[in-house]
Amino acid sequence: MSFLRVARPEVTLSLGDKIARINWLLVLLLSTLALIGMVMLYSASGGSFEPYSSRHIIRFAFALFLMLALALVDIRVWMVLAYPIYAMALVLLLGVEFFGVTAMGAQRWLDIGPIRLQPSEMMKLALVLGLSRYLHTSGELNRFRDLLVPFAMVAAPLFLVLKQPDLGTAILVGAIGVSMIFLAGLNWRIILAGCLALVIGLPLFMRFGLKEYQWRRIRTFLNPEDDPLGSGYHILQSKIALGSGGVDGKGFLNGSQSSLNFLPEKQTDFIFTMVGEEFGFFGSMGVLSLYFMVIIVGFYIAIRCRSNFGRMLASGITATLGLYVLVNVGMVTGLLPVVGVPLPLISYGGTVMLAMMIGFGLVMNVHIHRATRLPVGKSLIL
Amino acid sequence: MYNSDDEYNNRFTRRALIFGGAGLLGFVGLSARLYKLQVLDSDKYRGLAEENQFNYRLLVPSRGQIVDRQGRVLAANSDNFRLLLMPHQVGDLDVLLSRLSGFFELSSSRQAQIRKDFASRDPFSPIRVAENMDWNTFAKINMWLPDLPGIMPEVGEVRNYPLGEAQAHIIGYVGRVPPGQVVDNQPLLRHPGFRVGRTGVERNFDLELRGKPGALKYEVNALGRVIRELPDVRTRADTGKTIRLSLDRKLQNIAMQALDGTSGAACVLDVKTGELMALVSTPSFDPNKFAKGISSKDYNALLADEYKPLFNKAIGGSYPPASCFKMVVAMAAYDAGLVDPKERIRCTGKIKLGDRVFHCWKRRGHGLIDLNSAIGVSCDTYFYELAKRLGIDRIHESALKFGFGTNFDLDLGGGSSGLVPSQAWKRARFDLPWAQGETLIAGIGQGYLAATPIQLAVMTARIATGKNVKPTLQYQSSQQVIVQNELGFSNTALAIARNGMASVVNKPWGTAYTAKGIDGNNTLWAGKTGTGQVRRISQEERDDKVRKNKDLPWKLRDHALFVGYAPLDEPQFAISVVIEHGGSGSAVAAPRARKILKYALEQRASLTDAENKNGEML
Repeated sequence: MSFLRVARPEVTLSLGDKIARINWLLVLLLSTLALIGMVMLYSASGGSFEPYSSRHIIRFAFALFLMLALALVDIRVWMVLAYPIYAMALVLLLGVEFFGVTAMGAQRWLDIGPIRLQPSEMMKLALVLGLSRYLHTSGELNRFRDLLVPFAMVAAPLFLVLKQPDLGTAILVGAIGVSMIFLAGLNWRIILAGCLALVIGLPLFMRFGLKEYQWRRIRTFLNPEDDPLGSGYHILQSKIALGSGGVDGKGFLNGSQSSLNFLPEKQTDFIFTMVGEEFGFFGSMGVLSLYFMVIIVGFYIAIRCRSNFGRMLASGITATLGLYVLVNVGMVTGLLPVVGVPLPLISYGGTVMLAMMIGFGLVMNVHIHRATRLPVGKSLIL
Repeated sequence: MYNSDDEYNNRFTRRALIFGGAGLLGFVGLSARLYKLQVLDSDKYRGLAEENQFNYRLLVPSRGQIVDRQGRVLAANSDNFRLLLMPHQVGDLDVLLSRLSGFFELSSSRQAQIRKDFASRDPFSPIRVAENMDWNTFAKINMWLPDLPGIMPEVGEVRNYPLGEAQAHIIGYVGRVPPGQVVDNQPLLRHPGFRVGRTGVERNFDLELRGKPGALKYEVNALGRVIRELPDVRTRADTGKTIRLSLDRKLQNIAMQALDGTSGAACVLDVKTGELMALVSTPSFDPNKFAKGISSKDYNALLADEYKPLFNKAIGGSYPPASCFKMVVAMAAYDAGLVDPKERIRCTGKIKLGDRVFHCWKRRGHGLIDLNSAIGVSCDTYFYELAKRLGIDRIHESALKFGFGTNFDLDLGGGSSGLVPSQAWKRARFDLPWAQGETLIAGIGQGYLAATPIQLAVMTARIATGKNVKPTLQYQSSQQVIVQNELGFSNTALAIARNGMASVVNKPWGTAYTAKGIDGNNTLWAGKTGTGQVRRISQEERDDKVRKNKDLPWKLRDHALFVGYAPLDEPQFAISVVIEHGGSGSAVAAPRARKILKYALEQRASLTDAENKNGEML
């Protein structure tokens, strides 16, 4: 498997080298997804670019530019900034706790001048950065005490998003943390022990850690047909929309379920349903395949990377995207409870888009700097 | 650290592949799920989406009108602004009801009913909230509709009976579909706005009056708000047929006025066609109340009324025909060769049969009297004698020819066939032989004999024409030729009856001479009074003095009867008037009959004039 071989070490790259190394396949895939988002948002607002579609594509254009810019920055800069960024995201999340705007029963937004930010979205990115930085130097993860720091790094934001409360983000943050620690080479025995702890701990968490509405969602997830006009409404309507799309869909702008508002939040969390309704099984499989290709590219980049930081970073970001997609599609198809996770790059929402594109800026960065040697330990100096 | 790189790298690659494999599994899972939803179960969800998206609304057809012979409205529809509740679209019923009561008075009992319906009915059949609302409230609610999810305003129709009481019995009324009649394959019957005929013509012609329902398919959004109608799927509701009756609306009214304050019935027939010109029963009730939904209090009051306002006495009430029956006896006797019209019989005021005594209404008797005078003064003795000669079975046979014993309910329901006794009947009914005394009282239209007001009118029409006139409620256009069979009595017999009836009204000694001449002396007519006894008068009472009717309790007073036809030489209309416990036929029934016939003749004359004029213009 020579194509999985790690790149040869190198020290510096010229700007031209870097530009030449841009992974255009990744850019193409991401752009395609964003364009699909634009098209679906056009349909979501009843065949109009306003208010979602136009903003979505402008944001993407800006984010794409930002992504490429961030990709060209020396990877060592990111390594140095990893902890400060993690700390800052944590502070922002704390800010939500104290100054956040309450919307839809949860404090998730932070008003900074004209921008309304969802720090929890940024937190996922910062967590990946922070963990990558830590796992870059930490070496072996064979004993429980090796895990103390990474677990704390995951637990702090997890606790804060749970407090908002934002179950969707909490699940993602936890899953990202666990995925990265697993990828970093966690000892199998610890994995087994962790699984055991989970089996014991989960019921306890369910018993004491969930809010009433979260419980309701889980209950209706288990039996959506019991309460078709109450909390089971979203799941049921989403399934109806997907199912009625059939194999080849109802056609662009012809999704009756979505155009008649049977689908709630169709421009955000339930946009995949629209894809399925208007473009059928082919459409939804197409979108799913695009994501899968992004993930393959992401992991390929990670595997090819020479530095531990780069590997963790690329795989962490890619795993984040994968988790987003899995949870979101699982949710709209009725496999998972409705937890409020958007579909990256297609759903409407500035922060998620920005976070995703910054994330893939970092993946691209890893791709460009795949052969750069990174120092280990306390001797890290720029 | 990156000296041991290779091993470390390989481990990461391994882990990445494991992780990727898990991810792949996840994606395969999602694909499988999508395959199931979108490919395998697609049909099911397509159906659900269709249900989501489209609603059907039944368009209730307008009920056909009922009009009189001249096209004047007897039953029509007026707008009914009403509110319906679609249970499946209601969020919070309490909030909704409290909001609604901000617009109009919504009584707590009504609210309780709505709650009950809401809990028990299937969520897709609408519930009645309010009916017959005034326009202002209705318009206001329409404006605030977005705040009243589940409320569906509808402009329906309410049946309207312009004549009110005067037509209640014959036209009947409409009402909600009785629970037993609701059939699943006829959604129209479940529509809360739909009414069916419950009595009278409304019930009899119900299927023709109903019309055909239409349907409207429309697209709704998640809130149930109509996005658009789909015109291609809309089918119009067809208005029901207009039913034209033989009735004359104005005559109906006049008859009602003539009988005002009594408990009785009147019936006017066109003798040539058998068309029913008027049919009233008093006291009456307001059918409009029934159409709008009568309160149980009002309904119970009607049921409890001792004058039985809900009962159609004209076709269902049976009374002794009394002296009105005497023509039948006279004709039967003549045609049987048992009497010469010139034959004089002495009336002493009573006749003996064995040890029983039968009294004439005139205590001192009429002296020697011929048949014509016997009808004119309504001598009972003469007819006891004729009845004795005839025997009950020949009386029975003749009576049947005049329509007695036939139920002329005109398909209205609630009709009675009265009773014409015979020997066989008595044996079957009581297992007793016939007694001759019973023949005698049958001769004066008493005893077992019972007739309905419409039978009396039919008898009169048959006497007037000598034809087998059959009553009908359907308008017969003048082009239609109505073939009627001969009645089967000789012309002489018919003349005897007609002359007798003429004497009743026109001879100074006739029992109804006070009602002579329908308008002044211009139009002569004929008639016969009857005073139906409802109690047995004992000998002691006779010896003492027969009590005056007004001294008796209402229930025991005599029935006042009158039958007649006009004009005398060219009969057009036959009439019967029965006033229950009203007293004597001559004083109570005859003047009322004259009043009704007067209008009928005037009306016919003016119509004929108009027709003639039209003819000239052509």
